Amino acid sequence: MVKEEKEIANRPDNTAFTQQRLPAWQPMLSAGIVIPGFVLIGLAFIGIGVALFVTSRSITVLEIDYTGIEKDSACFKCSNADVKNCVCNLEFSIDSLFEGPVFFYYGLSNYFQNYRKYAASRDDEQLSGDLDAFTAPSDSCSPYDYNGNDKPIVPCGAIANSMFNDTFVLYRVVNGANKLVPLDGKGIAWWTDYNVKFRNPSVTPLKNAFNNTVKPIFWPKPAYQLDASDPANNGFINQDFLVWMRRAALPDFRKLYRRITDGEYAKGLPAGNYSLTIAYNYPVQSFEGRKKVVFSNVSWMGGKNEFLGIAYLVVGSLCVLMSIVMLIVYAKFKFPEED
Amino acid sequence: MSSLLSFYLDLVPSPPCLRCFVLQLGRDERRVDSRSICVGHRSSSNNEAFIPPKFCDNRIVSSKYTIWNFLPKNLFEQFRRIANFYFLIIFLVQVIVDTPTSPVTSGLPLVFVITVTAIKQGYEDWLRHKADNEVNKYPVTVLEQGRRVRKESEKIKVGDVLESSRDDDTCFVTTASLDGESNHKTHYTVPDTEKDLESLNATIECEQPQPDLYKFVGRMHIYKTDQEPAVRSLGPENLLLKGSTLKNTQTICGVAIYTGMETKMALNYQGKSQKRSAVEKSINAFLLVYLCILVSKALLCTILKYVWQNNPGQDEPWYNEKTQREKDTNLYLKMFTDFLSFMVLFNFIIPVSMYVTVEMQKFLGSFFITWDKDFFDPEIKEGALVNTSDLNEELGQVEYVFTDKTGTLTQNNMEFIECCIDGFQYKYQDAGTDLDGFCVTDGPVNKVQHKAGREKEELFLRALCLCHTVQVKESPEQGQGQRDGLMDQVDGLGADGEGLHPPPQEQRGFIASSPDEVALVKGAMRYGFTFLGFESKTMKILTRDNDVERYELLHVLNFDPVRRRMSVIVRSKSGDTLLFCKGADSSIFPRVRQEEVERIRMNVERNATEGYRTLCVAYKYLNAEEYAQADAGLREARLALQDREEKLMAVYNQVETGMSLIGATAVEDRLQEEAAETMEALQGAGMKVWVLTGDKMETAKSTCYACRLFQKNTELLELTVRTLEDGGRRREERLHELLVEYHKKAVQDAPPVKAGVTRAWSSANHDYGFIIDGATLSMVLNSSSESNSSRYKNLFLQICQNCTSVLCCRMAPLQKAQIVKMVKNSKGSPITLSIGDGANDVSMILEAHVGIGIKGKEGRQAVRNSDYAIPKLKHLKKLLLAHGHLYYVRIAHLVQYFFYKNLCFILPQFLYQFFCGYSQQPLYDAAYLTMYNICFTSLPILAYSLLEQHICMEVLLDNATLYRGIAKNGMLRWGPFFYWTLLGVFHGLLFFFGVRYLFGNPALQDNGQVFGNWSYGTIVFTVLVFTVTLKLALDTRHWTWINHFVIWGSLAFYVFFSFFWGGIIWPFLKQQRLYFVFANMLSSVSAWLAIILLILLSLLPEILLVVFRKLRGPNAGQMKHRLPSSGTSTIFMLSQTASTHSFSWTD
Repeated sequence: MVKEEKEIANRPDNTAFTQQRLPAWQPMLSAGIVIPGFVLIGLAFIGIGVALFVTSRSITVLEIDYTGIEKDSACFKCSNADVKNCVCNLEFSIDSLFEGPVFFYYGLSNYFQNYRKYAASRDDEQLSGDLDAFTAPSDSCSPYDYNGNDKPIVPCGAIANSMFNDTFVLYRVVNGANKLVPLDGKGIAWWTDYNVKFRNPSVTPLKNAFNNTVKPIFWPKPAYQLDASDPANNGFINQDFLVWMRRAALPDFRKLYRRITDGEYAKGLPAGNYSLTIAYNYPVQSFEGRKKVVFSNVSWMGGKNEFLGIAYLVVGSLCVLMSIVMLIVYAKFKFPEED
Repeated sequence: MSSLLSFYLDLVPSPPCLRCFVLQLGRDERRVDSRSICVGHRSSSNNEAFIPPKFCDNRIVSSKYTIWNFLPKNLFEQFRRIANFYFLIIFLVQVIVDTPTSPVTSGLPLVFVITVTAIKQGYEDWLRHKADNEVNKYPVTVLEQGRRVRKESEKIKVGDVLESSRDDDTCFVTTASLDGESNHKTHYTVPDTEKDLESLNATIECEQPQPDLYKFVGRMHIYKTDQEPAVRSLGPENLLLKGSTLKNTQTICGVAIYTGMETKMALNYQGKSQKRSAVEKSINAFLLVYLCILVSKALLCTILKYVWQNNPGQDEPWYNEKTQREKDTNLYLKMFTDFLSFMVLFNFIIPVSMYVTVEMQKFLGSFFITWDKDFFDPEIKEGALVNTSDLNEELGQVEYVFTDKTGTLTQNNMEFIECCIDGFQYKYQDAGTDLDGFCVTDGPVNKVQHKAGREKEELFLRALCLCHTVQVKESPEQGQGQRDGLMDQVDGLGADGEGLHPPPQEQRGFIASSPDEVALVKGAMRYGFTFLGFESKTMKILTRDNDVERYELLHVLNFDPVRRRMSVIVRSKSGDTLLFCKGADSSIFPRVRQEEVERIRMNVERNATEGYRTLCVAYKYLNAEEYAQADAGLREARLALQDREEKLMAVYNQVETGMSLIGATAVEDRLQEEAAETMEALQGAGMKVWVLTGDKMETAKSTCYACRLFQKNTELLELTVRTLEDGGRRREERLHELLVEYHKKAVQDAPPVKAGVTRAWSSANHDYGFIIDGATLSMVLNSSSESNSSRYKNLFLQICQNCTSVLCCRMAPLQKAQIVKMVKNSKGSPITLSIGDGANDVSMILEAHVGIGIKGKEGRQAVRNSDYAIPKLKHLKKLLLAHGHLYYVRIAHLVQYFFYKNLCFILPQFLYQFFCGYSQQPLYDAAYLTMYNICFTSLPILAYSLLEQHICMEVLLDNATLYRGIAKNGMLRWGPFFYWTLLGVFHGLLFFFGVRYLFGNPALQDNGQVFGNWSYGTIVFTVLVFTVTLKLALDTRHWTWINHFVIWGSLAFYVFFSFFWGGIIWPFLKQQRLYFVFANMLSSVSAWLAIILLILLSLLPEILLVVFRKLRGPNAGQMKHRLPSSGTSTIFMLSQTASTHSFSWTD
């Protein structure tokens, strides 16, 4: 009796796991699977690629650089840093209907929004409307946390301070007369940024929340006066501000400025001449940057992006090609696994 | 009734026994060679001014920590490891310097690792505390001033007299828990102490504590009021060691000699030196490469950063001004902190978690060896034992196997085959038909010519009955030890045909430390002389005339491997004093009259050639004078406190001379089960098998033939004392000549064969087997001149490496280790494995890369010192070919994969520096940086490294040649490492630039909104997690439900975590960087398409490679085996089905 128990106690468990005999699926990548698989994937990719490519081709993009470095540029006069409140007019024409809705972007290059110190230079507690953070901005905002008189800057930090402040007004030139094209500033920022992440302090009027604080050094107006035309579009939930606060990934980037969706332009910009009046405020020459405006329509895949379509076509063809090569090689070697 | 006596020690009255303890000398700085103990704390008046020395108490402390010092001590020990220290430094840099990632990113994994290790070590220590307490609180009875007092074990002091519940002055113990020898050993009380324990006044002098279990010298002074102090010698036979179990004995008393941590058991606890596996060395080499990559990346970025910042617009653009402090900081200090920042940013390339995963893999993986029911031996009811889990993968890398012969290749299960008396051969034929044939006057079985005289026969048989240290096991209900049943079976005499000489008990067994002795006593019994056992100091034998003869045992001259013989001195009833001696031919022949030798030598050699173990038996009469001299010499030597061994040896040598040779015996030692198949499989796997034995060349050679290590067409190159003496020239010259000749034969003339190709592949080639003996080996290794020595060694090695098998006979244990060491350190540092079962194999087991112990009959020393222990030789095949192979593949893949996945993790982050002005901006969020190695990608590889069977076990066992595929660390050499690194770089580049081009237009959503930098990082990270996990899935050949669970589970967890992490505003975070980034990413069709494209593109080359590799090369054949449908045997299919059943049943 004792002996038997002992034996049982010592004998290793005969389970599938301990004996390393768990039932297992042993997939094999054989030619019989890989070749048809490749063909299928290849065809699917080519299909997607074609769709992407065609879609991307159908997207119209109009890009105009207005930095004003070149002498013949309309904004040349403004490129001098000494000129204040400079306004320049950019004339351009559209040959055929620019299908809508048209999205209006501004673009900056050689601008490092992804610089580490710059990226960290913000105070999310301020931006979520925490009044305590108004009086004591986070250290990470330094040197944009207090002004020379030790007054806290709200919103603090380099990102807010350097907010893009060129403004654009678009006119359609009809029979020599400028006709204003209405621009829609709503829905250009992420919904969650606008509704959750960024909050104004619950103080009315909003201006009172900013007592004893100063506006960012670079800003002409305080945060609660960012949009004079729409009182609801002020403070931290100003759409332009939100767009700017979502930092770009790369030094050449574009950001959404406005959408053209209203009235007669809902179908797009008709062919004709246009004039873009630019309030040229944002200096970029000091760091050899460029500025541009971009008109573009979008599709299900977003903005124009040839890369994806081409990549899909290339990879798809590669798959098909490889499956053909494999087929030939296997035919020659008589499918070794069937020996 | 075996009461576990956890005491040691020594002597005193009636049957004594006890536990032993020692003086702690180190503390009071007195280095003395011996210590004095006052028995029962009765200081003797004769002993002037005896100051009782201080001894350590009897507490056993095997634990390392206490509650109070656990934290600091454990932390200190952990941070002594280079890797942990490195991560600590990185962590501190992050705390002190302004670095891109928060200290949490590296702190959290480090804390996790440290905590897990601390918990594991804490738990192990708690177990040790528990075990210690059990021992320390064990109640014992102490005799104090004549009273019996119960005490806890830990309170025993040196000098205490202990009682543990025979009236004989011997007791039997087994030392199974010490050295695994479960045979009973007889220990003796000290003479003259039996009576009147209470009034005993004595002191003991004995040596300082030392770990050798079989050595003890001491002296006891007994003071009697009216007499001179009597002095008695104390030897190992008077000492009971802690851990011994008392058998057949009711009560003993003893004096504590060594206590607590000074007992021999405790002294033997020390761990062995750490062995490191080749894989570990590879890991360290790879680490170095990655460290170089890390430093050069950081250096490059630092340099580029300052070059780039030369442009003032880029150094400090208006939108990103520096703080005053930054402007004030010294340029070089800034450069240095920048360098450190880059180091911190890229440090994830060397992951903390790899160490944890490798440790876990080794620790958990080793369970599969202990769990394997194929290793379970029903005879000893034990399975395999893993003493270290650090060497699992080394089992898959073995190139040289050094095996012991006796007990390893053979069963060490001795059977008496024949004997030779006075030159006539007697062969025992069949137990049933001719049992007592020997005693019939004309009945010698297998009579060769004629018989030796009856007188000679009887003398020979009496010698066999008397010259041994065998015990008769008494009634079977005494001692229910675990192995007793086995003993009965092996040693018990069947009741069949014993009518003429019925033993007093039905079941009679013999207990002896050597199976040869039992075989001889049983052999003698079959010829009619039965050993009945001891009665006090008298040996009783039953002759074939059914008379009981009594002999007084005067002295036993114990066996030792140097003398290779043992003797007894007995006095017959008629008063003659006789010495019987048995031993190896080489040790007996020089000590007997030469005219007797020749007749017997022929027989001995013939027996040896047939593979039997031979012993020669001699005797001599001692006259009174001779005896008195021998007796005095022995007593004196036994009392010596110093050099007792040497003195004894001298007396032994003096006594054992001028003997007459009576005969020789031949005992068969059968081969282990499947020994030949195992050896063949090992050779088929490309391993070279060397047999290292202390046995005679002829015996060993025949064993080699039987094991198919040598075959008929094997040409034997012999380098032994015999061949050296052949030419009649000086040995040195002859040695040189032979070495050169063999070298020419085996090395120069042999067609160049690729390493690892052996007989199976080159049957047409000439096979060589090499034989060398101990004496010649020491000539080779310790040649008189230095230059020759290294040259001979070289020649010898080269010859050996070109032979399929090498046999080294007549080896001393240390020579075995020497050979292993020589091969281990030879060119290419091949991985060596030693396998043995006895104490004489310990040195080679410790020396080899992997030491395997067989749980054999020669005790447990080999098992205790081994890295792995298996019950039988045949298990070695599965251990190496299946387990070793799989472990190696698993861990090699684990290591490569770990480096790979961290390379393609960090490379995009490195590349991102070129796009963010070298500002150390991390590409991934801190949570991703932290979790990547601990959560998202750790479990799949761990499951893979535990469960993967790229080729199933049955196929591995059937095709030994598969083992060669991974020889020479094949999966961890620079080639594969380079491949994996390249793959990592390719994937890293693809991830980064794929997304970079996607972000050529960051308006990726159909509402025209743009993505920012965290979206960029998240897309790269998503592609990364999916690719590395699917890459592993692609490599997995053996998908159990666990693999499915962890692979798909990890991916699902990643997605779930990302939603969760980005779905909440976390109050403790300063920046809500990832808020809804992941969800927004998933709302973009382009992001989806890019992720799918990049994953597929990354895996494409892998898939192609698998398919194309399969069709080329010789691998094509083996790959088939992976498919159950195409190449596997029915057995495999059946076993698969069976396992499915057993699984569902047990589940």
